[in-house]
This record gives sequence, C-alpha cells and structure tokens, in this order.
Amino acid sequence: MAFRGTVWKFGDNVDTDVIIPARYLNSSDPAHLARHCMEDADPGFAPRVKPGDIVVGGKNFGCGSSREHAPMAIRAVGISCVIAESFARIFYRNSINIGLPVLEAPEAARDAQPGDTLEVDVDQGAIRNVTQRKEYRSASYPEFVQEIIRAGGLIEYVKTRLIKEGRADRNE
Amino acid sequence: MGMTITEKILAVHAERDSVKPGELVSVKVDMVLGNDITAPVAIDQFRKTGAKEVFDPDRIALVPDHFAPNRDIASAEQCARQRDFAREQNIRHYFEVGRMGIEHCLLPEKGLVGPGEVIIGADSHTCTYGALGAFATGVGSTDMAAAMALGETWLRVPETMKFVYKGTLGKWVMGKDLILNTIGEIGVDGALYRAMEFTGEAIRSLSMDSRFTMANMAVEAGAKNGIIEPDETTMDYVRQRSDSDYGLFKSDPDAEYTAVFEFDVTGMEPQVAFPHSPENTRPISGVGTIRIDQAVIGSCTNGRMEDIRIAAEVMRGRRVHPHVRCLIFPGTQAIYLQAVREGLVEVFIEAGAMVSGPTCGPCLGGHMGVLSRGERCISTTNRNFVGRMGHPESEVFLANPAIAAASAILGRIASPEEL
Repeated sequence: MAFRGTVWKFGDNVDTDVIIPARYLNSSDPAHLARHCMEDADPGFAPRVKPGDIVVGGKNFGCGSSREHAPMAIRAVGISCVIAESFARIFYRNSINIGLPVLEAPEAARDAQPGDTLEVDVDQGAIRNVTQRKEYRSASYPEFVQEIIRAGGLIEYVKTRLIKEGRADRNE
Repeated sequence: MGMTITEKILAVHAERDSVKPGELVSVKVDMVLGNDITAPVAIDQFRKTGAKEVFDPDRIALVPDHFAPNRDIASAEQCARQRDFAREQNIRHYFEVGRMGIEHCLLPEKGLVGPGEVIIGADSHTCTYGALGAFATGVGSTDMAAAMALGETWLRVPETMKFVYKGTLGKWVMGKDLILNTIGEIGVDGALYRAMEFTGEAIRSLSMDSRFTMANMAVEAGAKNGIIEPDETTMDYVRQRSDSDYGLFKSDPDAEYTAVFEFDVTGMEPQVAFPHSPENTRPISGVGTIRIDQAVIGSCTNGRMEDIRIAAEVMRGRRVHPHVRCLIFPGTQAIYLQAVREGLVEVFIEAGAMVSGPTCGPCLGGHMGVLSRGERCISTTNRNFVGRMGHPESEVFLANPAIAAASAILGRIASPEEL
C-alpha cells in the first residue's frame, strides 16, 4: 500500500469526540459520518479534504471513546492514512481492524506542516515529505497486526478460522 | 520472576503458565459487552464473519443506554437492531429500558462480572470492572464481533504501572479525586498501552463505588486497564450478587513494574478538571470564581449509590441556584429505586433538581442536558473534551458529586465547605 497526499495537521490528544461528535452517532452510515468528520476542530475539513489526503496528529491520537465510527469517518471522508507521534490504543486497534493504515512516526509527525505533500509506503514503513525533502521510518507493525493485515482485516481472519472449524460456510 | 495481577489473569485465560509484557496472546473472554451505538456496527461485522451463532449467549451483554429511551428515529432503529439480535441469538443479558442501567453500573450490580475474569466491551469505560480485580478493557465494534464469534480476543500483555495511595481521605474527598489527581500528575497519555494497578491503604479503605470510579477513568490516562486486587470489600460486594466461583489473583511481591508512583492522600483536596482535558486538574481551593449554567450528577463514573447519597447530603434542605439546571442520573434502575426508598429523590426534587432514569445521554451530549454556545457545566462524568456535552464552545468541568452538588446550590464551582 502506497499513498501520496496533502497533510492536514492536528495537535496532541485529538479525541474521538472531535473526530466524530457523539451527536451524530445515531447512524453508522459512512457518508453521514464523513460529512461530520473533524467538524468541531475544523469545520472546513470535511468539505475540502481530497481523496488520498493524509491526517497528521501529535501524541495520543484518537483518545477517548471506543467508537469505531471515528476511523470509519476518517476513512469515509477519503483520508488515505493517519500519521501520529503516538495513538490511543483502542483507536489504533480499530483502525487496523477496519483497514485504515495508521503509522506511528514521531519525527515525521512533528515536522509535517499543513499543506505538505507526503509519500507513504505502509508496507515498508517509509514516509517521505516531498515538500521538505526529508525521509522517515515508522515503527513496524507488531507481528499479530501483520497477521491481521495479511488476512485482509480481522473479519476475514475470523471468517477463515470459522470455515476451518466448520462453523461457517465457505460461500458466505 | 513474579507476575502482576494483570499478567496472571491473562496467563490463565491464554492457558499458559506465565506471560510477559509485550507478548501477544489469544485469551478466552468471560463476558463481551456492547451498547446501542457500538453493538449495531458489531452485529454487521459479526454477519460478515459467516458465523451463525454467538460463542455463548450467556456471555454476551447488550445494553441500550446511550440514546435510549430512543432519542430520535435513527436511534430507535439502532436500538431495534440490537434488540432483534438479542432475541435471534437468545442473548440472556439484554436489558430493556425500564429494567436497565448504564452498562458499567449495571454489569457489576447484576453479578455478571467478577474477580479474575477477562471482559471486553465495545465501550472505552469497560475498564471499570478492574475495580473487582478483573482484566477488563474497551475495544471497538469489530473486536466485539470477533469475540462474539470466537469467544476469544487478541491482546498484547501490557506493562504495569503501580500507583500506591497512602494516608487517610478527608471529608468530601472520593475515588474521583484520587483518579483526577493521578491523571493530572501523569497526563492523558501517561499510562498509554499500560495497566494501572491501584493499591495502598487508602485504596483498601475505599468503598466499591469509589473503586469503580477510579478504574473507570484509567482509560482517561490512556491505560488498557485499571485494576485493584480483590479484598474483603470486593468479596462482600461479589457474594451479595453472584455465587460464581471466581479466581482470586494477587500481584507477586517480586512482580515487575514499569513505574511506581506514591501519593499521600492525607490533606488532599477535592479536584476539578478544567476544560478541555481530564488532565487539567486543580484543587478546589485553586478554582477561583467560575459561574455555571448546569450541573450533572450521574454516569458510569459517578452514578452509584455512594454518589447519589453524597449529592443528597449536600443538597438536603437547600435550593438549586436560580440560574442553574441540575440533572441527577442514577446509574441503574436499582439505584434509582433505592434513592426513592431513602427519600433522596424527594430531596433532589425539593431542591429544584431534575431526576431521570439511567442513561448515558448527557455525558456525551447525546440527549438530555445538551449545552448551548458559551455554557458551562460542572459534571461528575469522565470527559470534558471540546464539544463533549454539546456546542463546541461550551465547557465542561469534572468533579466529584459533592462538589457538583455544592456548585449547583451556589451557582459557581464550590466546595460543600462553603455552604
């Protein structure tokens, strides 16, 4: 997986209430979530973001609620990946589970400025800031995360296992 | 090398003799929890796995508590999907409005979670059950779906941080103040990915209700779980609610901790967390004059019997300030009923407060008590993020129920000492 996109930069402790405010959680329709993504931090974000753009956060990105609607909203609005100094654990796990690439890369996150162009190779953990001509490595995914990614996400992983155990039909 | 209580519980559920921090293990789960916001997404994901049945219909709990009683048509549809799934799968622990409560008050009260268990829930405050000496952590909907299908989940064994509380708590100081003070010290990412183990004489002197409050907010420091070793207080609570044979684990004396913090709680004041982060804590004497428009007393953090009683003690015979709306939300129907029997609901209504059945609504600005632009609220809930309780330009201050009740009376953030 490789992406090229423009940086939307946010600060430390971007929480799930900012990513997708709870008042909109009466639906999990991706288009509905996308419309309100980051609304309370930057009302201009959802209308102006372009497919492939990259969200860059500081420390503890995605803290707060367990709502999977947060990575769903980011993915649905067209963001290709999220780079941060560190992630809150539930958000990190949810992102991997639903196939939103998340890269922990403190220097890359600190250096990136709004509007910079980044090139990201998720498999290699390589980040290139085209605007600033700098290169970075992100922390590699733990083995179990790679296993889930190889399976095509957690649901595919579970499906394969249930078929093996004879608890689900192959054609489902 | 010894193990911490967290490591021991995970080792047993991974069917291993020992585990070490950093290892990835697959663990059997004793209970899987979802609510009306997270369970519908989990149900969709569960269908996609191809599974026909959940792993064990007695080990899943579904609680419509966030936008229930249904806020609008869309919420009604979400609640209906959860209800239909519960019926289809014969899920025994489905709790309908009128018989329900806020999930993290309800599950311990019903004896559905206990010491030594592994519990995952599609709600970040699932870590509350660590107060009983369980390993409990919040996950997302897809993890919930996988656990409903397999009866197990993947976990990275967390490093443990130990928090030792010495001394004696003063009047009006509760578990909420210990955890707010701790988050103020270490920050909202101070325990990121780790276990927080709470111990020391001040913890052993705490009620179960105050312990639940502390474990509840471990996630606000970024922790995977918060945990307290079971003692007589724990076992008294558990035996009144369940006849299950729980595994009782303790940390070994030579267990390894990644950090140890010591606090002397003697003389500690009640704490207030300023907007917009639970780490912005100050002692009540350093708050200054902050006028409020609303006071909320309740939630999975502070909607338990101890909380309702202390709020009533402060409000008895007094009147809510004319410029303030005071909302009281007992955590479960049982707590609500007990408050009625003890005459506490009468105290609140006579004081000019509103008392509601259990709901998470106000905590997350979902429904009931949404703030308008520029309004300020003192709240016993757990988060004061931007827009948490309504308009992005409103503000939430977090405190214990005695402070919230005194503030409701005086119209500004204040201690009961001032009344």
